[in-house]
Amino acid sequence: MTSPTPTPKMVDVFSDIDRDTALKSNPSGYAVTELAAGDPRILTMTADLSNTLAEFREHFPERYVELGIAETNSVSVAAGLAACGYLPYIFSMAPFGVLKCAEQLRTDVDYNHLPVRLVGRLSGLAMGYFGTSHYAVEDIAIARMLANTTVVAPADANSVLSLMRATAGLDGPVYIRIAEAAEQVYDEVPEYGRGQWRHLRQGGDVTLAGHGMGVGLARQAADILQAEHGIEADVYDAAYLKPYDEAAIVATASRTGKVLTIEDHIGTGGLGTIVAETVARHRLTAGLASAALPDTDLEVGVPAELYEHYGLTAGGVVARALQLVQG
Amino acid sequence: MLNDIGSATLERGRAVTDAELERKADWIRLQTVELIAQAGLGHYSSTFSSAEIVATLYYHTLRLRPGEPRWPDRDRFLLGKGHVATGLWPVLADLGYYPRDWLKQFGKVGSPLNDHPNMRLAPGIDFSSGSLGHNLSVGTGMALAARLSGHDYRTFVLTGDGELQEGQVWEAVMAASHYKLGNLVAIVDANGFSGSGPTSAAMNIEPLAARFDAFGWLVREIDGHDIPALRQTFGTLPEIESQQPVCVIARTEKGHGVEMMEKQPQAWHLGLLTHEQQADVVAEISGRMR
Repeated sequence: MTSPTPTPKMVDVFSDIDRDTALKSNPSGYAVTELAAGDPRILTMTADLSNTLAEFREHFPERYVELGIAETNSVSVAAGLAACGYLPYIFSMAPFGVLKCAEQLRTDVDYNHLPVRLVGRLSGLAMGYFGTSHYAVEDIAIARMLANTTVVAPADANSVLSLMRATAGLDGPVYIRIAEAAEQVYDEVPEYGRGQWRHLRQGGDVTLAGHGMGVGLARQAADILQAEHGIEADVYDAAYLKPYDEAAIVATASRTGKVLTIEDHIGTGGLGTIVAETVARHRLTAGLASAALPDTDLEVGVPAELYEHYGLTAGGVVARALQLVQG
Repeated sequence: MLNDIGSATLERGRAVTDAELERKADWIRLQTVELIAQAGLGHYSSTFSSAEIVATLYYHTLRLRPGEPRWPDRDRFLLGKGHVATGLWPVLADLGYYPRDWLKQFGKVGSPLNDHPNMRLAPGIDFSSGSLGHNLSVGTGMALAARLSGHDYRTFVLTGDGELQEGQVWEAVMAASHYKLGNLVAIVDANGFSGSGPTSAAMNIEPLAARFDAFGWLVREIDGHDIPALRQTFGTLPEIESQQPVCVIARTEKGHGVEMMEKQPQAWHLGLLTHEQQADVVAEISGRMR
């Protein structure tokens, strides 16, 4: 059995205007349009990403605020709008929305507990050969350090819809990390309890926990591990990164004793660190490993080749899992 | 009457004499000296340069309801140069936003009142500040919110002149003009100094009027210690439908009102007066107020 690989194409968000805002092709744009129909407080804002909101702008032209290529201003403007009762959704390229605006997110939004939502398109390595300036691989580490901010990384389009619905009514800030390369995981819109991970598959030999594109990879890898190696994997969709599912980590680490985390983020500061901290805090004995990006200068290339290079494929996850299981 | 307390609305353009506003500005200076002595360190000279501006806004210009600090129709005031909050705390207590007793806790652990303002802790603070360059963007958001929601409040943002070196300020200046926010007023406390020296020696910000004008703002340039000029300017702002944000460049003197600080404004950007110095400063200011 060969492992499926992610689409080799680069994601071109500027061409979203040619698409309808369909759930499959533009889930975050679809979701915010649906939510806005039921809540007049919802506004959308972008720093030159208006094409991702074509349908929203058609339905609610007066509720769309374009701020040009000025991300830091857009976050502080959103904070001002939120302080006056609005629910602004900022659609931004993840590297610029989170890293460039880290201080505005902290000082203006998080410290003031304001309900600003940052939708980070093109997270991880999604912008591939555009270069490392366009990578968002430290964003989770930054966002989850913000005391009052909810951080979610949906697994696929249905997961985006579910988590955007689930977080729409929160009083505080939310970061929604969109994985452009995610394979479909859910046939229907899944339910997430706040801060809870979804248990997708039961197994006693090794835990595979991922967020975003890592969920699809974990599921594919679990199939391969069972079919080709007779290894039963416990698989989790770890979409909630803050708050996260401490009980699930304790349960699965106790059950399998081996936890592999899968994420298109550097190996420190994200899901891998969340699991390691939790395992240590509960004094569990478990082997830990991660399929993630190294804490070094990263290569540049189209996403599919980068994922292959860094082992963020089903095959790469299988290899890491076998190392972990076989010691 | 200067101090209406309770749920009453303080309307715009209240009746107050120039002499009363001048006394309020000096009272702000005296209170600032006391609060800094209590905390052990503080921003004297920047607070003194903005004293007449703050006094005029709070006792004449702004539409407020101290008994209902989150009243949706209140005019907003954002302290971009958050390090002068020490001068604002006694004003908010005086207007009835919180008991005067709160001032005794200024700077202590657990106090809602600190060197920079926190909107979650202190009633009457419309937005937190401290990181320079953010509040004109926040004010742009509030002005947009007023337009979207059909409210007629104005948003005033007091910035320092050194703060204008922050790039984000100019992103906001551009956005406010793009969205024709006639309900937004930026006031520049142009005292000519930043923390470590003359503002434009570090990075030239002039010509300020021409710069704001070029960005599409209506510019008024006045003496920021001239109470009649401040009152006239704030009392005759164009209608909020005017489609043009307003920038009031208030030319001020850092340390104004205390001779030793006027002579050495930079030395008193952040500091603590000795007991002897404090007695002299209090005598100088009080002498004027008699």
